[in-house]
Amino acid sequence: MKFVNEASTLIKDNIRDYGMYIALFVIMLTFNILTDGLFMSSRNISNLFDSAGYIAVLAVGMTLVIVIRHIDLSVGYVAGFLGAIAAILLMHYGIPVYVVIPMILLFGIAIGSLNGFLIAQLGIPAFVASLAGMLIFRGALLQVTEGTGTIIIQNNTFNALGNGFIPSIAKVNDLHLLSLIVGLLGIAIYIYSEIKTRRDKQKYNFDVVSPSIFMLKLVFVSAIIGYVTWVLAGYNGFSWTMMIVLAVVMIYHFITTKTVLGRQIYAVGSNPEAAHLSGINVKKVTYIVMASMSMLAALSGILYTARLQSATTTAGMLFELDAIAAAYVGGVSSAGGVGKVTGAIIGAVVMASLTNGMNLLGVGISYQYMIRGGVLAGAVIFDVLTRKKGK
Amino acid sequence: MAEYILEMHDITKQFPGVKALSDVNFKVEKGEIHCLIGENGAGKSTLMKVLSGVYPYGEYEGDIVYEGKVQQFNKISDSVDAGIAIIYQELALFPDLSVYENIYIGNEVKNGGVINWNQTIVKAKKMLNKVNLKVNPEVLIKDLGVGKQQLVEIAKALSKNVKLLILDEPTAALNEDDSENLLQLIKELKKQGITCIMISHKLKEVVAIADKATVLRDGQTICTLDAKKGEMEERTIIKHMVGREINDIYPKRPEKNIGDKVLELRHWSAYDPQLGRSVVKKADLHLRKGEIIGIAGLMGSGRTELALSIFGNPKNYKLYGELILEGDQKKFNHTGEAIKAGVAYVTEDRKGNGLFLIQNITNNVSAAKLTGIAKNGVINDNEEIRVAEHYKNSLHIKASSIEQLVGKLSGGNQQKVSLGKWLFVGPKVLILDEPTRGIDVGAKFEIYTVMNTLIEQGLSIIMISSELGEVLGMSDRVYVMADGKIKGELSADEADQEKIMELATQ
Repeated sequence: MKFVNEASTLIKDNIRDYGMYIALFVIMLTFNILTDGLFMSSRNISNLFDSAGYIAVLAVGMTLVIVIRHIDLSVGYVAGFLGAIAAILLMHYGIPVYVVIPMILLFGIAIGSLNGFLIAQLGIPAFVASLAGMLIFRGALLQVTEGTGTIIIQNNTFNALGNGFIPSIAKVNDLHLLSLIVGLLGIAIYIYSEIKTRRDKQKYNFDVVSPSIFMLKLVFVSAIIGYVTWVLAGYNGFSWTMMIVLAVVMIYHFITTKTVLGRQIYAVGSNPEAAHLSGINVKKVTYIVMASMSMLAALSGILYTARLQSATTTAGMLFELDAIAAAYVGGVSSAGGVGKVTGAIIGAVVMASLTNGMNLLGVGISYQYMIRGGVLAGAVIFDVLTRKKGK
Repeated sequence: MAEYILEMHDITKQFPGVKALSDVNFKVEKGEIHCLIGENGAGKSTLMKVLSGVYPYGEYEGDIVYEGKVQQFNKISDSVDAGIAIIYQELALFPDLSVYENIYIGNEVKNGGVINWNQTIVKAKKMLNKVNLKVNPEVLIKDLGVGKQQLVEIAKALSKNVKLLILDEPTAALNEDDSENLLQLIKELKKQGITCIMISHKLKEVVAIADKATVLRDGQTICTLDAKKGEMEERTIIKHMVGREINDIYPKRPEKNIGDKVLELRHWSAYDPQLGRSVVKKADLHLRKGEIIGIAGLMGSGRTELALSIFGNPKNYKLYGELILEGDQKKFNHTGEAIKAGVAYVTEDRKGNGLFLIQNITNNVSAAKLTGIAKNGVINDNEEIRVAEHYKNSLHIKASSIEQLVGKLSGGNQQKVSLGKWLFVGPKVLILDEPTRGIDVGAKFEIYTVMNTLIEQGLSIIMISSELGEVLGMSDRVYVMADGKIKGELSADEADQEKIMELATQ
């Protein structure tokens, strides 16, 4: 009885954090039942994660942009444009892929710094500055693809970023060995970090959940990681896209939760004036966040171009809105100062699951847009209502 | 028997936990200039808000009799319709609209629902003549100086057939010529039969212009002075303003151990380009090691601006003069530089720009010195917790744990978190802006005790405060500011309430 009580207060107190996990769980379960298990099949899950990748990296960057109370509408066409540049550098100039990728990321940083200059230095509203960027890069994309039209990329290394899988080393019972190892490693790291946090908290006599709840949480999360790994290992294992997204999430999660820079970002977001009076360089933080956003847009462009194995004239269209939607579903608040990188990823997966599941069910595209819009509105309404209750 | 245009009987207004007004009586005769005087927080603004319907009928006790009838104003427009207009210190004009649009906004000149702009301009010109303002009515408000903007506000009030004009510190932001102009205008309006209530801190003006003056103190009417009876004298007014006994208790000061000059300002001026005027004017001031100096002054006297100009200049004032910190002349381009050099500033508005309310105590305490808990840019969580625990215990912050959100703490505990945040910076000069505003007596005492401990440790404190008792009880020396200038310096022995108030109302 005590156990149930604790669990229910825990969920009530953290409903905002847990809400999207529960939503994702419900969505996945529903689709799985409606499609007779097709949704959770190895092949589909693998495909779903890959298709979410290029939006997920954008959502991570967008979360931080929204945390500091700005917005970036230019990311879609920056991704499209830089993807096209990558294709041109690879195919027309024959520059090796190991040089092209860092170059493209640097271009992204340069574009983001320009956004930062407009917003932080000149004080132009981010909405307007990035709207201008959106138009400019849309034009730039058309310009560079004008002569050739779609540019086909014949570079297996590059294309593998969007389509390839990590090598398996060996097959165990027809399962992808390296993926299993990665999954187990993930579980081990998760359990280790949870136990360490708990120990630290106990050391300072902070409240911790009871051992039974703690065990349940460990088992539950481990089971989910294990299950996803097992499902994926039954097909081709982890894709390179997934590994890249995981790396981005881990790096950004670390930066936002463990570093001075991360603290400064949330400080600027929750009260820019107080941040300034605390000696935090608000302009510098704005520069860094905007530059990081466009760098991730460059990465998104690489992933998308690699996935299509070509640069097209319409690449990047509406990516920015998908990314913003994912960030909001993931719990970011437009009032600033609130929003997690991990939430952004969940948000991206929720939105990708909706598209994927509805495609499997053969739902018409018109309904798909309406349903996704409804989910976005619902997520924000939920956020606003739970916030009010918090007060 | 004089004819009263306004009689406020036994007005009482409660806020949660505070009685802002208790049984206030205030009577204004038709056609007189009546000044309302009192310290910060005496209840002047609250009384005027009751009168104008900001606090609607039913939210206060007592009666408002206006033009012989008991009034029940439910909203501001009710009082406006009755001919009462308030002009606040922060003008309610639209800077990007023209003069004539501003005068007739909300009161448009219409023919069948369509605005007649030509008619509006003609009428606006008439109103501008009435206030002796010679500007083209098509000029934008933002292109006018503050003095002229003030006149536009009055013209706007006149356009609504105002009978009772209320001016809240009308000359606070004006230079001497503009002030003189305005006072002249008020006298002329009086001749036209308009009654005027003026809230003012400048007693010279009061004496020069007022027929009567009512003094409020701690939410109560103290007295009404009549110029005709020869009662209108600066000294008398001051005595009534401060008359309260200092019954707050201040902790005993430790053995004084005052050392060399830590901070010195020479001819220090700050010009605010946004306001278009100087907010600090040629201030000379010094602070010694182990000393608390008090900076007294009324609202708008430039105290906070002085503090900000020292603390890295976050408002981007144009600064003139010298700032000398521990013998070296300094120029801070950013608050971060001031913090590194050992200056800390605890803001007067802890919720607005002091704390991160949606973050916990831990993150707030470390926010001004993140490098102190980090190595190579990576935060050491354990170190951060240790620091937060240290300040929670040493400052007696009452919270369930250091993980509690600061927004959910009481005012006193929030102020302690603020203090902890700035102590962690390890400052040499600590500027406290209204350190005990809005907190209870117990927490006040604790903060005073902390201040004494700090100066024992060799810190130096600048305390800006509107509470005279606090200034007198805690300071070694007192500087009094008015109108951006330092009007005087008093040692702890010579300072008393009357002397401070005399300097502050110059």
